[in-house]
Amino acid sequence: MTDLTTSSGGAASGQTGISSADLGLRRRHRKELRLKILGMAAILFAATMLFILLASIVSSGYKAFTQTHLELEIEVQEDLIPADNPARGDYQAMVEAALLDYYPDAADDERRAITSILSSGAALKLRDNVLSDPDLIGTQTTVNVPVSDNYDQLNKDLLDRDLPENRRRLDDSQIAYFDRLEDAGIVSAPINWTLVTAADSRFPELAGLKGALIGSFWALLVCFLISFPLGIGAAIYLEEFAKKNRTSDFIEVNINNLAAVPSVVFGLLALAVFLGWFGMPRSAPLVGGMTLALMTMPTIIISTRAALKAVPPSIREAALGVGASKHQVVFGHVLPLAMPGILTGTIIGLAQALGETAPLLLIGMNAFITSAPASPVDAATALPTQIYIWADSPERGFVSRTSAAIMVLLTFLVAMNALAIFLRSKFERRW
Amino acid sequence: MTTLAFALLFVLACTGYVMNRRAAQAIWADGTRLHSLSNFHGLYSLLLVVIPIFVLIILWLLLAPFVINAITVASLPADVMSEASSGQAQLILAEISSIAGGRVFGDPEPWKIDAANRLVFLNEASSYALVAAVVVLGAALAYFARQRVSAEFRARQRVETMVSGLMIFCATVAIFTTIGIIAALVFETWKFFSMVPFTEFLFGLNWEPQIPIREGQIAGAGAFGWLPVILGTLVITAVALIVAVPTGLMSAIYLNEFAPKSVRSVVKPFLEILAGVPTVVYGFFAILVVAPAIRSFGQSIGLDVSPNTALAAGSVMGVMLIPFISSFADDALSAVPNALREGSLAMGATRGEMMTTVLFPAAIPGIVGGVLLAVSRAIGETMIVVMAAGLIAKMTINPLDSVTTVTVQIVTLLIGDTSFDNPKTLAAFALGLMLFLVTLLINVFALRIVRKYREAYD
Repeated sequence: MTDLTTSSGGAASGQTGISSADLGLRRRHRKELRLKILGMAAILFAATMLFILLASIVSSGYKAFTQTHLELEIEVQEDLIPADNPARGDYQAMVEAALLDYYPDAADDERRAITSILSSGAALKLRDNVLSDPDLIGTQTTVNVPVSDNYDQLNKDLLDRDLPENRRRLDDSQIAYFDRLEDAGIVSAPINWTLVTAADSRFPELAGLKGALIGSFWALLVCFLISFPLGIGAAIYLEEFAKKNRTSDFIEVNINNLAAVPSVVFGLLALAVFLGWFGMPRSAPLVGGMTLALMTMPTIIISTRAALKAVPPSIREAALGVGASKHQVVFGHVLPLAMPGILTGTIIGLAQALGETAPLLLIGMNAFITSAPASPVDAATALPTQIYIWADSPERGFVSRTSAAIMVLLTFLVAMNALAIFLRSKFERRW
Repeated sequence: MTTLAFALLFVLACTGYVMNRRAAQAIWADGTRLHSLSNFHGLYSLLLVVIPIFVLIILWLLLAPFVINAITVASLPADVMSEASSGQAQLILAEISSIAGGRVFGDPEPWKIDAANRLVFLNEASSYALVAAVVVLGAALAYFARQRVSAEFRARQRVETMVSGLMIFCATVAIFTTIGIIAALVFETWKFFSMVPFTEFLFGLNWEPQIPIREGQIAGAGAFGWLPVILGTLVITAVALIVAVPTGLMSAIYLNEFAPKSVRSVVKPFLEILAGVPTVVYGFFAILVVAPAIRSFGQSIGLDVSPNTALAAGSVMGVMLIPFISSFADDALSAVPNALREGSLAMGATRGEMMTTVLFPAAIPGIVGGVLLAVSRAIGETMIVVMAAGLIAKMTINPLDSVTTVTVQIVTLLIGDTSFDNPKTLAAFALGLMLFLVTLLINVFALRIVRKYREAYD
C-alpha cells in the first residue's frame, strides 16, 4: 500500500514534472515565435513604406504625363504680323480672338477672365507654327494650345468643385467658362511632350526636363571621364603594386574616410576651391561633374580592388611564368578579367552620382534656367536639383510634375542598376 | 579653341605612336633583335607627348584667366584703380568682362570699352598661344621620342615607369581631396572666427545668421551660436534611429536566422532598393505624404503640430537608414562563428534563445559599429531635412516642433550667395568643418570597433 502510494505519487510527481517542462518548452517556443513575428513585422513595415513611397509618387505623378489642350480655329490675320519681322506679330490677340468666339455675349471684364484660360505658351505655339510655315498667314488654322495651370488642374479633377468658392483657386464663373469649352468639345488631354522637350519655366504647363536631362548627362559624362581612369589607376596601384607601408595605409584610410564624408561637404569643397579659388563658372555641369567624380572615386576604387582581388593568383603566376613583366601581367591579364566587376561597380557609382543633390545645390545647379545647356560650361540644372526646384515651387501644377520628374529619375536609376546586374550575371566568372 | 587643343593633342599622340612603332618594326624587319616590343616604342612616344601636354593645357586653362585679368587691371587708367576699393575693382572688372561678352548696359565710359576690347584680344591671343604651344611642344616631344628608337632602347621599362607614376598620381588624388576639403573648410572658418568670436559660436544659444548687408536694412542683429542647430540635428537623428534601429535589427535577425532561403533572396535586394532611392525623393515623400499625415493626425487628437516637424523628417530618414542598419547587423550576425551557434543549439536552446542569448550579444560590437555609421549618415544627410525640416533654430527637444539642422543651415546660407566676405556665408563653412570633424570621428571610431571585432574571431 505504502509502496503503491509512493510509486503512484512518484509517477504523479514525474508527470507534473514533464508537463511543466512541456509548458516551459511551449513558452520558449512562443517566445521564439514572437521574435519571428517581430522580424516579419519589421520587414513588412519597410515594404509598406516603400510601397507607399512609390504609390504616392506614381499616383500624383501620372497626371503630369498629359496636359490639357484647347483645339482652336485661329485666323492668322495678316495685319497683325509685320511683314519684315513675323516673329514680332501680335499672336496673343489672334489666339484670344479665337477663344472669345466661344463667348459672343461676354462683357469686357469677363473677356479678361476668359483669356486667362490660355497659357502664355499658346501664343508662342501659334508663332512657332507661323514662323515654320509662312503660308499660314491670312488663313484659318487649327492649333492645339495648352491651357494655364489652374484649368489644367480642373480638367484633371485635381481641383475639387465641391469646395466652397472662397477656398478654390477658380470661382464659379471661371469654372463655367471652362465648362462651356468642354461642351463645345475642343478640350483634349494629349500626352505632355513638353515634359521632355522643354526646359524649365515659371509656368507648370510649359515646364519640362530637357535642360535637367542634358545637364545631368554632361555632369555624369564629366564624372565618368574623371573618376573612371583615376579610380582604376588608384585601385591597381594599391592592389597590385603598392608595398604595404605607412604611405599606402594612409592612402587607404583616406579613401575609406572619403567614402563616408557627407555629400554636402563635397559641395563646400567645390564651392570654395573650384568656384572660389579657381574661378570656374557657377552652375556649370563641368564643375558638378568634377564634384561628383570626387565622390564617386572611392566607390570605384573599392569595387575595382574587390574585382582585382577576385582574379585567382594562378593567372598572375602563369603569366609571370611565361616571362611577362609585372605590368604586362596586370594590364594584359588581370585587368581584362576583372573588367566586368569594375564596370558593375562603376555603373552603381554613377547611379549614386545621378541621384546626388546636395553638392550640386551648393555650386548653384539649382538656378532657374529656361534653356538647355549647349556645352558643359553653360549654366544648367540636373535631374535631382530640378526635382528640388519644382518641389519648392508654389504652383499646384508643379506637385504632379515633381512626381513625374522623380519617376523619370527612378527609371534611369533602375535602368542603370539593371545594366549592372546584367553585366555581373553575364560576364562575371567564378574560379 | 580648347576642343581644338585637345584634338591636336590626340592627333600628335597618335602620330607619335604610329611613327615610333613603324620605326621599331623597321629595325626588327632588318633582322636586329629589339630590346622592347615595337608596341612599347609606340607607347613611349604616346605617353611622352600626352602627359606633359595634358598638364600644360589644364594649367593654362586654370591660370590664363588670372594672368589676363591682371594685365587688364594693370592697363586701366591709373587714377581709376587707385581710388577704387577692392570690391569696386571687382565690380569694374565684372562690368568690363560683360561688355567683352557683348552684354552692354547703358553707356559705359570709353576706357571701359577700351579695356573690354583689350580683354577680348587677350583672350583670343591666349587661346591661339595655347594651340601654338601644344603643336610646337607636342611635335618636339614626338620628334625626341622618335630619335630614341633603337634596338637597345629600353622602351618597356620607360613606359612602365611612366605608367607607375600615373597610377601613383591617381592614388594620391584621394589624399589631395582630403587636403582640399580640410584646407577649404579651415581657411574659410578661420576668416569666420576673425569676425565672430570662437566662444560665441561654440557656446551661444542663438542662431540668427540673417545679418544686415546694407546699412538700414531690416534684419536680425546676427547671432552665431551653434548649440540650437546641433540640438535640432540631434533631435532629428534620434527620431531617425528610433525608427531605423529596431526595424533594421529585427529584420536582420529574421533574415539571418529564421527566413527561408527563398524569402531571403527576395527581401535582401528589395531592402537594397530602399537604400538606392535618392534622398531628394525621400525629401519629397516627406513633404508630400508624411508631414501632412502627421499634421492631420496631430490635429485629430488635438495637438498643435507645425507643418515641418522634426518627426516627419526624422521618420523618413529612419526609413532610409533601415537597409543600412539591417545589412550591417546581418553581416555582424553572420560573422559569429558557427561553433557558438551549434554549441548553444546542442545545449538545448531554441533558435530564438540562441539568437537572443548567444548570437546577438556576440555580434553587439559589429552592430554598434553599424549603428554609429548610421548616426554619422543621419547627421550628414542633407536633402530630406532641407526639404522637410524647418529653417529657424530653436532650443527644443520636442519632435513635434520645427527644428533646423547643420546641413539645412549650410545649404540655406549658401544658396544664391557666394561672396566670401560676410559672416553669413562663412558661418556655413564653420558648420561644415564641425560636420566634417564630427562625422569623421564617428566613422573612425565605428570602423575601429567593426575591425577589432572581426579580428577577434578570425
